[in-house]
Amino acid sequence: MYRYDAFDQRVVDERVAQFRDQTRRFLAGELTEDEFRPLRLQNGLYIQKYAPMLRVAIPYGLLSSRQLRMLAHIGRKYDKGYGHFTTRQNMQFNWPRLEEVPDILAELAAVEMHAIQTSGNCVRNITSDHFAGAAGDEVVDPRPYNELIRQWSTFHPEFAYLPRKFKIAITGATTDRAAIRVHDIGLQAVRGDEGDIGFRVVVGGGLGRTPIVGHVIREFLPRAEILNYLDAILRVYNRFGRRDNMYKARIKILVKEQTPAIFAQHVEAEWEHLRGGEATVPDEEIARLAAHFTPPPYEELSGDDATFRSAVADNRAFANWVRRNVFPHKVPGYAIVTLSLKKTGVPPGDASSDQMDTAADLVDAYSFGELTVSHEQNLIFTDVRQSQLLALWSELKDLGLATPNIGLLTDIVCCPGGDFCSLANAKSIPIAEAIQRRFDDLDYLHDLGEIDLNISGCMNACGHHHVGHIGVLGVDKNGAEWYQVTIGGTQGEHATIGKVIGPSFAAHEMPDVVARLLDIYVELRHEDERFVDTVRRVGIDPFKERVYAAAH
Amino acid sequence: MPQLIKGGAVIDDRWILLREVAAGSVMPQVPVIVPLAAWLGARDDLRARGDVGVWLSPADDPALLTRDVAALPVIAVDFPKFADGRGYSTGRLLRERFSYSGELRAIGDIARDQMYFLHQVGFDAYVLRDGKDAQGALASLRDFSDGYQQSNRRTPWFRRSGVAAPNAEAKQ
Repeated sequence: MYRYDAFDQRVVDERVAQFRDQTRRFLAGELTEDEFRPLRLQNGLYIQKYAPMLRVAIPYGLLSSRQLRMLAHIGRKYDKGYGHFTTRQNMQFNWPRLEEVPDILAELAAVEMHAIQTSGNCVRNITSDHFAGAAGDEVVDPRPYNELIRQWSTFHPEFAYLPRKFKIAITGATTDRAAIRVHDIGLQAVRGDEGDIGFRVVVGGGLGRTPIVGHVIREFLPRAEILNYLDAILRVYNRFGRRDNMYKARIKILVKEQTPAIFAQHVEAEWEHLRGGEATVPDEEIARLAAHFTPPPYEELSGDDATFRSAVADNRAFANWVRRNVFPHKVPGYAIVTLSLKKTGVPPGDASSDQMDTAADLVDAYSFGELTVSHEQNLIFTDVRQSQLLALWSELKDLGLATPNIGLLTDIVCCPGGDFCSLANAKSIPIAEAIQRRFDDLDYLHDLGEIDLNISGCMNACGHHHVGHIGVLGVDKNGAEWYQVTIGGTQGEHATIGKVIGPSFAAHEMPDVVARLLDIYVELRHEDERFVDTVRRVGIDPFKERVYAAAH
Repeated sequence: MPQLIKGGAVIDDRWILLREVAAGSVMPQVPVIVPLAAWLGARDDLRARGDVGVWLSPADDPALLTRDVAALPVIAVDFPKFADGRGYSTGRLLRERFSYSGELRAIGDIARDQMYFLHQVGFDAYVLRDGKDAQGALASLRDFSDGYQQSNRRTPWFRRSGVAAPNAEAKQ
């Protein structure tokens, strides 16, 4: 993974010193709350319902075991012994004390981590494919480009005060696991006619109040031009994006109001001025970054491990876990393993400090000491030998991280919601838990197959409810918490926004609503048809009728 | 008198900022900075004076000054609110696209925590919002000793780090 040199370290150290002084000035009354707000936000510090919340950046979701141990330590020393992995591959601590945040940042800096631009109206943490480097469908490993863009975005002097937050996602694969079409900018690596690497550029996607699937504004951008082109997009947005209404300030509204074609013309005109300039990325720089992401020392294996095969045949619980949580690797004899942070009774994405410490030991023992965080809020060991899967499974089971539910109904994506977040209209964690408790029959879950259930506590959509096969949105009706249901959303290369099935429900109705959606699916499905495929084929009406016939 | 930070020091400001100029009014015969509309309305006369500058609101298009940059002694860019970042792009465009080399000053809601970024995009003079600590603001110009990106003050780090040669073919 990328390791800081003296230059990178100095940038982060100087940020710690700057924020320490900003915090001191605030506590001394030299900065008002209004003045301090944008400063602390650019450092990931929110003032939440009960305490400040600190969001720590995990650039493109990649962590070393050493960094994971540091997150465990911070959870233990400054929080209540746990942390929350977010849908943007970051980590949030819900209970730090404001005056201790500079110390937390100093501890993070010691392991090459920070909280820079994890909130505020600036370019946020870059997100990417959680299988990067290990997946078999990669055009190119996206990580050198992720790091290039992380560095470009860090304290970019022109774009520190954008109209609104700005999220960039990058994938190097043909299967989009990074949800690039629902980001402000999505970049997908592609090869040009000569086999050269470039990017397809998608702009103006996003969830939130106005969910929109992004538009391709350039089919092929040579990789050397990537920073010039990003500068061009951001400059057009910074100058012309709306600032009169925060709900219309995201780039997707500018793209929509101008039309994608006109917006693209503005970007291309700006790019003409920048093209070939000093920010053109030299091949040597890409090679330097790529050298940080060389493959680990894989063993030469046959790819068909006999002990693994017999364990799958003999042990049904292990076989279930393999079926759901283990994914093919590009190297024979290796596998990608997902650690489920979706155990029933634990808020989705939460991990205790003890779990993080043990997971760090396990990733050292089984997967070359590096792991990734997925935007579905799980942890990934990308390079595990097949022959060691059984041993790893057994250890993960003891740790409570082996729930065999990846991609299933209970692998719920969920924001912190009204339990923690001051923006929320409704709680989301108890809804997730009630659904997980209702659907605890593993055979039934496996029979239902792949279902993305996403829950957001408000229309800011941190739980990505619009792209859930089943999406749940918390809404406020006269001070009471209600839940609106959408179906048919999908992420990935054919991202679609789910459709609302009708009036919202009370919290206690939600498990029944989900049950009825599943019943009608089971009745109507064709063989091997996923829930979302059935919705696409038959439309939402049969689902709607079933749910409301029974409910009202 | 407002405090002006320029050239690494806090100095007295000789320029009078006219936030509004009524149409047809007589311009005072002292160094003044006038709104863009006032400048465009009497451009030739004001240019001949040599002691008239112009200020731009966040929405003003700096391209309207393309013909004037060589003659303008000062261009000010207004930041009505700290969080309104349009002026950062305005600054870079004036410096890099329109080759403006005179004084570029930031006015409005300016405090120390913007100083570093303002300097990087080409500003060289800063009028602090009333009551703000000028010495602290001077210190904040050095919050960061360097940065990754190309800016008005530097080429990207990857062109200086020894990784790659300077871009000989770069357009200027």
